[in-house]
Amino acid sequence: MFLKAKRLSKLTLGPVLLFLSLISNGAWAAEAESWRHRFQFNLPIGATDVGAQIYGLHMLVFWICVGVSVVVFGAMFYTVFAFRKSRGAVASQFHESTTLEIAWTIVPFVILIGLAFPATKTLLEIYDNKSADLDVMITGYQWKWKYEYIDPQGNNVSFFSSLRTPQSEIYNEEAKGQDYLLEVDEPLYLPVNKKVRFLVTGNDVIHSWWVPELAVKRDAIPGFVNEAHTKAIKTGIFRGQCAELCGRDHGFMPIVVNVVSQDEYDAWLGKKKAEATELKALMEKEFTLPELVERGKGVYERTCVACHGVNGEGGIGKPLAKSAIATGDIKTHLGIVIHGKAGTAMQAFGGQLNEVDLAAVVTYERNAFGNNMGDSAQPVDVYKLKKGQ
Amino acid sequence: MGEHHHGPAKGLTRWLYTTNHKDIGTLYLWFSFAMFILGGSFAMIIRAELFQPGLQLVHPEFFNQMTTMHGLVMVFGAIMPAFVGLANWMIPMMIGAPDMALPRMNNLSFWILPFAFAMLASTLFMQGGAPNFGWTFYAPLSTTYAPPSVTFFIFAIHIMGASSIMGSINIIATVVNLRAPGMTYMKMPLFVWTWFITAFLLVAVMPVLAGAVTMMLMDIHFGTSFFSAAGGGDPVLFQHVFWFFGHPEVYILILPGFGVVSQIIPTFARKPLFGYASMVYATASIAFLSFIVWAHHMYTVGLPVAGELFFMYATLLIAVPTGVKVFNWITTMFKGSMTFETPMLFSIAFVFLFTVGGLSGVMLAMAPVDFQYQDTYFVVAHFHYTMVAGAIFSLTAATYYWLPKWTGRMYSETMGKTHFWLSFFAFNLTFFPQHFVGLAGMPRRIPDYALQFADFNMVSSIGAFFYGSSQILFLFNVIRTIRSGRPITDPKVWEGAQGLEWTVATPAPYHTFTTPPEVK
Repeated sequence: MFLKAKRLSKLTLGPVLLFLSLISNGAWAAEAESWRHRFQFNLPIGATDVGAQIYGLHMLVFWICVGVSVVVFGAMFYTVFAFRKSRGAVASQFHESTTLEIAWTIVPFVILIGLAFPATKTLLEIYDNKSADLDVMITGYQWKWKYEYIDPQGNNVSFFSSLRTPQSEIYNEEAKGQDYLLEVDEPLYLPVNKKVRFLVTGNDVIHSWWVPELAVKRDAIPGFVNEAHTKAIKTGIFRGQCAELCGRDHGFMPIVVNVVSQDEYDAWLGKKKAEATELKALMEKEFTLPELVERGKGVYERTCVACHGVNGEGGIGKPLAKSAIATGDIKTHLGIVIHGKAGTAMQAFGGQLNEVDLAAVVTYERNAFGNNMGDSAQPVDVYKLKKGQ
Repeated sequence: MGEHHHGPAKGLTRWLYTTNHKDIGTLYLWFSFAMFILGGSFAMIIRAELFQPGLQLVHPEFFNQMTTMHGLVMVFGAIMPAFVGLANWMIPMMIGAPDMALPRMNNLSFWILPFAFAMLASTLFMQGGAPNFGWTFYAPLSTTYAPPSVTFFIFAIHIMGASSIMGSINIIATVVNLRAPGMTYMKMPLFVWTWFITAFLLVAVMPVLAGAVTMMLMDIHFGTSFFSAAGGGDPVLFQHVFWFFGHPEVYILILPGFGVVSQIIPTFARKPLFGYASMVYATASIAFLSFIVWAHHMYTVGLPVAGELFFMYATLLIAVPTGVKVFNWITTMFKGSMTFETPMLFSIAFVFLFTVGGLSGVMLAMAPVDFQYQDTYFVVAHFHYTMVAGAIFSLTAATYYWLPKWTGRMYSETMGKTHFWLSFFAFNLTFFPQHFVGLAGMPRRIPDYALQFADFNMVSSIGAFFYGSSQILFLFNVIRTIRSGRPITDPKVWEGAQGLEWTVATPAPYHTFTTPPEVK
């Protein structure tokens, strides 16, 4: 009740502030941080030179449109006002004027040429993907992003980045956080003042990787590798979303980019590489059942819960509690998680989760929700199954 | 045929077997209004879900079905058949022809439509739900990843395409062969001209759409890989083929609307159209350009820079003939003697709001900036300014304008004007804020959004509910007119009306121009 009344008062205040901001060119924006998230109505200038150019072009064409509107609609409203029959206007019967008609063909044409020049210049810059300092491969999945830092020495670092907003916020059971739907578990890190080349592709359907403040939008198309680049000139957290309809959770695969100093970036990358080495060691380790169950619970809650439910009760996916698969042959169970099930929403997680997590989540599913199978899979089993042994 | 004028048959068979252009026009118009209500109710569900952040009413998969079905039903079910209905009623009466040139095909082209849409609507009740891949149905979302109902969707599109092709062939045949003596091409009313050009566009591009959906069908059921990268196919090819149809298609949806306002504005300004010839040439130029701009829908797919530049320049060029049209409408009103009956109000709003949509179109044409606009609500705002304030407003204007001629009864002007002002304000309340959320970064086709988009979305939803409900007033006004409107008999109906359709009796008799009139 209280929430609603509060919203309403903001709603009525909003247009007033909007109007003020239009005439004062956003002067209020700095003073009221709480309004940062409200009534945004324009493109961001962003954190790149290209983005600033795009913003400049956008404002140029916008003001030209305003100018054209003032002239055209001014003439129209004057006409509508002045030549009314009720005011005694008598219709003259003139028509056609070659001079006028040539003029109103030439003038727009000239304006358009004036627009085409700067647009061409900026476009060529957008397409200049040469001599990048860093290459990042971006792959769109239903419904998450995979980032892979291409290392010339072959030491690639890769990870998945998916929505962190809990279902309870989406379904209005909990208050929504500041970055609702624009938060991820693992953001992409980029160094500031470095030209980064993105290699963008899709794994299943077409997605589109878009971060407004980095001025990048590229379609992620299966079978194609598109190029794009960005060069952030300031640090910060920049958020974006998938821009191409890609199925059920199209609205739920955000992008978060942390642009940091070179030192911070190096430290982060070092940590990622260490994690990868650690994972390699884990692959060879023999886990106990409780270890696997604990790790698997975390994986389950990140990856499986949206479809199979908190208690394995099912939803979009089949119920796991007492299911034939989760209480049947463990190899079949692993196989379905690794390869997915064709014709259903069950995806192939073999390429998305590492061997340790796959073993853990399957073990968890077999020992939770009252399944109590007592058996477990080790990373090496997963590895063998993936290799078809 | 003989000399005697017979009236229509009685009962249901009149409508099933009719070959009369006026009956078929009526069928098309009622059908399209029903589809307008259906497509509109899908839009209400979309706006209700988007009223607040969070998921309140529907699941994301159903939301996607709603956006898809809304687009398909409005484009193929509401706007296109409505203009064909107007063409059926008005083209023979405007060129002094007794009927359409191919009356039996006319019957067929209408009567296959209800089957197509019944099939399309039935997918909502199928296992896996209705099509959920957007009205642009990009592969592979619409092939490998589509629900089973996609096959019914493909068949429905085939039937709609066949209907449109037959309808356009009929219009071309009628205009070429059945003009009254003395009615040269450059004397044809602009509505006839714009439809004549539209009909050629339809004949050219509907087979392309049929090709696209047939390739989808092959990919889904017969193991081909036209659009599947895994099999050596090309998902981008789908977009090229689709938009080679799709861009002319959006002009198909608007050109007859240009024709309608070019009839109405001179009537209520009591002054001839300023530049008749330049209007005809501008329409033809727009139609030509529509074939060489398709990839401006695809600026972000990774076209080579040369292609990107070509499509940007070509797209910017469209502003020239479109500007010519707008300037012509305004100079037609200039120094006229204007009155503001409902059709004129809708036509003036058309000129105003369509120009707004045209200007945002110029912004979208700029390829580098489009990297920020592409697939956002800015695009949604843009095309609703052209499709709702353009196509739908012109259709509404046409209905009020010709309804007295069709029925011999006058609609309620008070109710008409109320309908206009409600529609005008509600339309802008709905779609103007969508420019803002789009620029601020809201992608289209999402069921839920980040908090900074909340305020404008709520405004937009409120506008949409108003817009939707004010169309009930329109329906009520039309039904009231038919049943108990004030009878009129003056053939001219409107003081400033010009053209052959105003020389026949009011209401228009079942058969008109059985002997062709002489045009001086």
